[in-house]
Amino acid sequence: MSAIDDAGRRLRARRRRRDYLLFAAFAAPNFLFLLLFAYWPVVYNGYLSLTDWDMISPAKDFVGLGNYTDLLTDPDFRATLWTTVVFVVGIVAGGLVLGLATALLLNQRLRGRDVVRTLTFAPYVLSGAAVGTLWLFVFDPNYGLIRPLMAPLGLTAPAMMTDSKWALTGLVLVYLWKNIGFVAVVYLAGLQGLPREVYEAAALDGAGPWTRLRRITLPLLSPVTFFLLVTCTISTFQAFDVLAVMTGGGPGTSTSTLSWFIYDQGFRAFDAGRSAAGAMIMFVVLLLITAGQARYLERKVHYQ
Amino acid sequence: MTALDPAAPTRRPGGRARRLGLYALLVLVALIAAGPLYWLASSALKTNPQIYAYPPHWVPTDLRWSNFSDAWNAAPFDRFFLNSLVVSVVGTAIELCAALLCAYAFVFLPFPGKKWLFLFLLGAMMVPGHVTLLPNFLTIAQLGWVNTWAGLIAPGLGSVFGTFLLRQHMLTLPKEVMDAARIDGAGHLRTLFRVVLPMSRPMVITVAIVVMVTKWNDFIWPLIVTSSADMRTLPVGLLFLRDQETYANWGAILAGTVMVILPVLVVFFIAQRYIIAGLTQGAGK
Repeated sequence: MSAIDDAGRRLRARRRRRDYLLFAAFAAPNFLFLLLFAYWPVVYNGYLSLTDWDMISPAKDFVGLGNYTDLLTDPDFRATLWTTVVFVVGIVAGGLVLGLATALLLNQRLRGRDVVRTLTFAPYVLSGAAVGTLWLFVFDPNYGLIRPLMAPLGLTAPAMMTDSKWALTGLVLVYLWKNIGFVAVVYLAGLQGLPREVYEAAALDGAGPWTRLRRITLPLLSPVTFFLLVTCTISTFQAFDVLAVMTGGGPGTSTSTLSWFIYDQGFRAFDAGRSAAGAMIMFVVLLLITAGQARYLERKVHYQ
Repeated sequence: MTALDPAAPTRRPGGRARRLGLYALLVLVALIAAGPLYWLASSALKTNPQIYAYPPHWVPTDLRWSNFSDAWNAAPFDRFFLNSLVVSVVGTAIELCAALLCAYAFVFLPFPGKKWLFLFLLGAMMVPGHVTLLPNFLTIAQLGWVNTWAGLIAPGLGSVFGTFLLRQHMLTLPKEVMDAARIDGAGHLRTLFRVVLPMSRPMVITVAIVVMVTKWNDFIWPLIVTSSADMRTLPVGLLFLRDQETYANWGAILAGTVMVILPVLVVFFIAQRYIIAGLTQGAGK
């Protein structure tokens, strides 16, 4: 009796060991890639941010927190942070408002709305480098689309991307054009999941459309808004391709965001320490935003 | 009733003006989205005098296809296409295989501390690409892979998004089917490819297309890791073309831009269901 039990147990143990090994073998490639190209870089970037190094000389000088204190007391870097805030707020807030408006429109029973939905989403999947090139041409004050569009209004097209007063606005507009379809489609999915009965009840109570939007639609959509707020903020902080193609941080430093700064310091000025410190600052900011999201979601679960 | 009301009934007395207004808005949205793309496509077929004319030619009259050959001759576009194709196809194939195996392991195989390992995997999503730029460049340089296909592909191979979506989908597969496969004596690899893969086809297609488009469009990594024109991918090559041609020859630059955009646009219009589903995953969860 017990001999058979023993044999069974040994067999099960052997099978379990074999399954563990198989798990390890199946999961290993992906984990290896992530360890090597995502986790290790965080550690190594953290170390680089504590050094002064030109990426050529064999020795990296350890400077402690020197890069961080340098950056945070440097008025140019503060300007970069401010530019980043304007850039991110403009794109995220503008994207949410215009995306929601588009979604509300596409949620009406109109013929052709599916085609329009597809058209608005298309720019989101296109290469940022190509989109940037395309918009450089659209914004060209002499030959671009902007001139015939502004002429009937009696306006002369500004030199959008070569005038430091306008370049940041121009970039925000292009990123809005690229992202709105994404926001709209996510909001649209949220709108289509809203319970109709609430609206019928509100209509019976005599609530007007504005009241219903403010008191019912927006509160019910708040989880979607929150999701969009976090994902768009994270991706906009890192936005690089359109910016690199259209302005390269210029004219002057008028469009130099943190994302551009990290690239510029690392791969053009070859100042690894400053670049790495800038990247760590971005990392911490994004972590805080994500942690904020986690706390919010937790509250929602508890109080619902 | 206004456009701002999602539950507005569509039939109302006096609703005609409102509907007309809504259609006007719909046309406006369509024009804003597609207008710049039409401007690009039409201008890429104009002669230079037409491009630099004002008032503009809204419809190009004698189509100048040679803008495309100009672009092709000014920059090694054949190499750009080849590099982009290799990077997106090979990269996607490797990433997808790794993601499939990994997702399968998490769903169908036991391992101590599996839940924690999965959290660890998801954690990689928190790492912004910009934090990895310098270290990955140094790693690739150490491996001697700067300016090679391997160097272009390797850092993008880890999959969190794809593994997550595939795992979520595999969790919904009926357990009985797996058990039947096991009783038939199928090994895990066989089960994965003969049972799980066919049952997860829409999700696999979604992940494959989204990953491939992302790699095709990637800009900052190819910009950093390539150093000669013949190793550039299309988006970086476009920048190279612009520097070659300057703005005196917009025709060629715009033709080059069309060549970068067109493949993705075609894939998007064919597979938009998968792409939109994949890119908007996670919303409302």
